[in-house]
Amino acid sequence: MALSITDRCIDCWACMTVCPNAAIAHVEGLFVIDPQRCTECLGDYAAPQCASICPAEGAIENEWGEALNPPGSLTPAIAGAKES
Amino acid sequence: MSAQILPFASPASACGSSHGECHDPRVADHPCYSKDAHHKYARLHLPVAPACNIQCNYCNRKYDCSNESRPGVVSEVLSPEEAARKVLAVADAIPQLSVVGIAGPGDAFANWPRTSATLRAVKKMLPALKLCLSSNGLNVAPHVGELAELGVDHVTLTINTLEPEIAARIYPWVFWEHKRWRGLEAAEILIREQWRAAAALTAAGVLVKINSVYIPGLNDDELPKISAKAAGMGVAIHNIMPLISDPAHGTHFGLSGQRAPSEEEIESVRARCAAHLPQMGHCHQCRADAVGMLGEDRGAEFAREHLDSLTLDAQAIAARHAAVQASLKAGGGQSWKIAVASADGQRIDQHFGHAEAFRIYESDGQSVKLVALRRTAAYCQGPSDCGDDDAALPKLVQSLADCAAILAVRIGHAPWKKLEQAGIQPVVEHAFASIEASVLAVAQKLLEQVQEAHTKRA
Repeated sequence: MALSITDRCIDCWACMTVCPNAAIAHVEGLFVIDPQRCTECLGDYAAPQCASICPAEGAIENEWGEALNPPGSLTPAIAGAKES
Repeated sequence: MSAQILPFASPASACGSSHGECHDPRVADHPCYSKDAHHKYARLHLPVAPACNIQCNYCNRKYDCSNESRPGVVSEVLSPEEAARKVLAVADAIPQLSVVGIAGPGDAFANWPRTSATLRAVKKMLPALKLCLSSNGLNVAPHVGELAELGVDHVTLTINTLEPEIAARIYPWVFWEHKRWRGLEAAEILIREQWRAAAALTAAGVLVKINSVYIPGLNDDELPKISAKAAGMGVAIHNIMPLISDPAHGTHFGLSGQRAPSEEEIESVRARCAAHLPQMGHCHQCRADAVGMLGEDRGAEFAREHLDSLTLDAQAIAARHAAVQASLKAGGGQSWKIAVASADGQRIDQHFGHAEAFRIYESDGQSVKLVALRRTAAYCQGPSDCGDDDAALPKLVQSLADCAAILAVRIGHAPWKKLEQAGIQPVVEHAFASIEASVLAVAQKLLEQVQEAHTKRA
């Protein structure tokens, strides 16, 4: 089991600063999670640290492709605006 | 002459605060804090801190456009080693560099290992530099001891409200102690940590400035309360910054139609805050990678691809930097505004009382630049009333208050005295001489006076 970073990543580096397993690397302008090292923070923290600090909705997924921060979960709703 | 005529007063009077000034000696050579320093000293923001531990509704971290000049925006993230090299390259090209700051593009303290490594490297290379940091305050308190040890002398905290209910409408979440917090809980943590940071910093002798983003309709009445609370803690200065809410930036406030404050609103809230703390009136809301004198950004010249090809002699640059900084502190690097009575724009060819406009030049003793043309009513109508203490005279003298000297063909006895009283040196010995050469000569004399005064003091 491991998390992964999608193309919704905004390249802000936050995840790398909080990963307890040094599982995240910056490779050619993209952040990638090493599936061998990622533990989803089980045993260390109550919630995966990368997903707890990531500011971009949909940028971090679990192994089933589900977003840990789904659309609308990180930003306040705007009246009358449509989800993009 | 290729000088540009500015329609209004000189650039110097267009900035600076109309309210209480900060007299803390530590701000004297900081271009962001002191209105006297920002034409003289340069600053550099190092984009080494990309990560952030908070979401603010006036920030969109995705946005990065090099045409934009606003906080949080940066074109490339540097490693501490690259940043140190950039400091050296900038100090080589602009030895007036006096301040190096880390202002993001995320938060300096959310990237503490990178921030502290950068500060250490910079301080070791160029010890005369002042170091400053900017933060939301969340993760500052644990690092205050190290800041003092590193010699960081300025920290800016952005505090927008004292009320959790209001904070919850500005910050959707914070990351704190390994957890994402939202709503009121997040707001309470943030406000608590911000004031813990302010108290710890001032106790450690670090100069603290508070930045507040003015969001009209949301935190109008909070800003004076922040000023009052900060004053009680020994904070040096408060900077009210207008919200930037262009929908094109994609921030929540921009997209939801939250408006920016008007000039009048900003002035009025600054006046209320000034009852408690000195106000900063010339903030340019610089990019997180700004380079150069305040108001200019020479960042493109020092982009990573240019840095790689430079050969930098660290020792030589450090020696020259130390010398230039010492000379700036000693009063060098100053410039003066000098008024000239001239009809033809080439020579000093008018009597003081006959001039319908004064040409205002700026000179540092090395070069001369025309910066303004000030119209005035000629107060002297002929020999019969020349020298009379006319009502127009005080007004005229007042309009030249920012000038160090006035050059004319002749200056009557009454105006001569009035000018001297106002600290403006009347000069008639360059009558009918070329403007440029005369202004230069006067500036050189002023420079000599400053240097003499400094030698006497030392």
